[in-house]
Amino acid sequence: MARRAAIAGTITAILFLAVLVFLAKRGPASARPSTPVAATGASPAAPPLPGRKIKARLFYVADDGGRLTSVERDVAYGEGVEAQAREIIAAQIAQAAEPLVSAIPRGTTLRAVFITKSGDAYVDLSREAKNAHPGGTINELLTVYTIVNALTANLPAVTAVQLLVDGKEVDTLAGHVDLRRPLAKNLTWVQ
Amino acid sequence: MNAGLHPVSRVAATAALLIVVAAALSSQTAQPPALSLLSREGRRAVPLALVNDQEFVALDDLAGAFQLTVREESLGAVTVSYKGKTIVLTPDQALASVGGRLVSLPAPPSRNGRRWLVPVEFISRALSLVYDTKLELRKPSHLLIVGDMRVPRVTVRYDALGAAGRLTLDATPRAPATVTQENEHLTIKFDADALDVPAVPLPSPPSTGLILGVRNVDATTMAVDLGPRFAGFRAANQPVDATMRLVIDLVAAQTDAPATAPPSPAPPQPTPPPDLPPSFGQTASAFRTIAIDPGHGGDDEGVKIPDGAKEKDLTLAIARRFKGAIEARLGLRVLLTRDDDRSVPVDERTSVANNNKADLFVSLHVNGSMRPGTQGASVYIAAFDRDAAQAAANHGERVPTFGGGSREIELVPWDLAQTRHLDQSSAFADMLEAALRGHVPLAAKPVDRAPLRVLESANMPAILVEMGYLTNPEQAKTIPSDAFQNAVVQALFEAVVKYRDTWSPGGTH
Repeated sequence: MARRAAIAGTITAILFLAVLVFLAKRGPASARPSTPVAATGASPAAPPLPGRKIKARLFYVADDGGRLTSVERDVAYGEGVEAQAREIIAAQIAQAAEPLVSAIPRGTTLRAVFITKSGDAYVDLSREAKNAHPGGTINELLTVYTIVNALTANLPAVTAVQLLVDGKEVDTLAGHVDLRRPLAKNLTWVQ
Repeated sequence: MNAGLHPVSRVAATAALLIVVAAALSSQTAQPPALSLLSREGRRAVPLALVNDQEFVALDDLAGAFQLTVREESLGAVTVSYKGKTIVLTPDQALASVGGRLVSLPAPPSRNGRRWLVPVEFISRALSLVYDTKLELRKPSHLLIVGDMRVPRVTVRYDALGAAGRLTLDATPRAPATVTQENEHLTIKFDADALDVPAVPLPSPPSTGLILGVRNVDATTMAVDLGPRFAGFRAANQPVDATMRLVIDLVAAQTDAPATAPPSPAPPQPTPPPDLPPSFGQTASAFRTIAIDPGHGGDDEGVKIPDGAKEKDLTLAIARRFKGAIEARLGLRVLLTRDDDRSVPVDERTSVANNNKADLFVSLHVNGSMRPGTQGASVYIAAFDRDAAQAAANHGERVPTFGGGSREIELVPWDLAQTRHLDQSSAFADMLEAALRGHVPLAAKPVDRAPLRVLESANMPAILVEMGYLTNPEQAKTIPSDAFQNAVVQALFEAVVKYRDTWSPGGTH
């Protein structure tokens, strides 16, 4: 009995040490998995722990149709800013459950996210972002600032966002909003 | 460039007049007109002959002009050589072999005594392939341009606009022109090497007393002879695709006597909206030109609803009504960035306004929302981030001046031109909001700022107005109606009048 207890204690101690070493390597962000990530630069992506989440602000079309409204949602954890940005955008462009209404054109997928050292994020969306856009200045503004604010409001390391479509720079999505340069966070489009 | 054109240069001194007068020649004789060869050295004429209604040119004449060697071979073939390159012609065959490559001709070569004649198309289809200088044949004008010369084709049109009139001269490819008044005519000087223009540029001059006719003066100059009712003019160049359009607005002197002739056909003008204020007439204000931009067009349909109206059609319809109201009631010059269903790049829209020094830019749109309940008009002005505004403010550069020294000039990047006009744009947006409020439903926030592409490059006060929501079922029914469109035009008109009355060249209100 005493021997079994000793073995169990040893295994527990080994597991405890392994967890300590793992946490020490991950740094403080991993110790607060429910807070927004505040990484300071791009780091190699690593597979996130299964089921691990952070809280993020996502944006949807407000009831008045002329502004966005934000809701807090659990988003899969990503290792590093770029990985976390990908998870946030993936959650943001996923089909919204009623009564939420998304400003992202249906069928849009995320191709890639790149973040520069200066904090400009480049979000490469599939061609549906442009081809399936319903048009209208308000619709386009809300589409653009859904993505811009989703990253800048949740990731302090991201200061501006430029949208790409199908790997290329675009002038606009629907003829109105200038997408030739990164756009800074703009919460005036949020209620 | 024209090393092979010495014979041409020998007649240069006698060929000061480069304007093509082929049409006039054709009317004087039953013979086909001569082909005019235009080069840097001058002009020379090459005779043409008619064979079975086809225009032919003698190979001997081409040989003299282009230093060709023409030889008749023993088997009946004719070879035309130039610097080691050979064209082979075969009698009875409408073909030419150019370095082994066959090109078609509209007719076989024809013998006339000792001379061989070839269809005039031989020049563009065969000779141009072996000649070392560009050859451009303009068959309708009987013109052959040798080398890289700027010879725009110029067409002239006159439109009566009530008591006033408008001359439109389209120069293709683009060649800007300057207009000056000298006594009783306007002189139009084109920036070109020569002009391709009919002998009588305006075959049916209007009899409204504003102008008496349009005539050619010299190689690059035309003149408009002014009538007794002429009182003034405004001229502006406006690029339209590959064409430079010179628009000369003619102002009539005030007179009690009505014009004696009915106005010539004018572009269709929509009915002005009802209940417009009384005519304002000409004022001392220097506020002259408004650019109206009907949003979208062509493949870019804008907002559309199933089995319903399209934004591109609505913006064009309202733009035409707006233009008609402004021209008829205010006498201001109005530019449309498009006047048909075609796609216009964003930069071209602002180019029309910038290049014509418009005093105001109004972009017309119809909105769409993911929420069908959203409705109402809103007015947008451009928004720039702080870095862009600073970049626009810091673009000074020193340039040398005539006589030595230098001076600083202000350079503003094209994309940031609007940064200098935001205060005035905001003032006009407020006026338009106030005017719209009495006529159509307004959005929850009727004036807003946004990074809108079409406004950023406008080098004058500029706004974009979303007149309503096509995605709102109620507005989808009303926006296409005459009543709604007249109401919007009425509001736009009132805002323009108010803005004009407070406008000053310095841009302050």
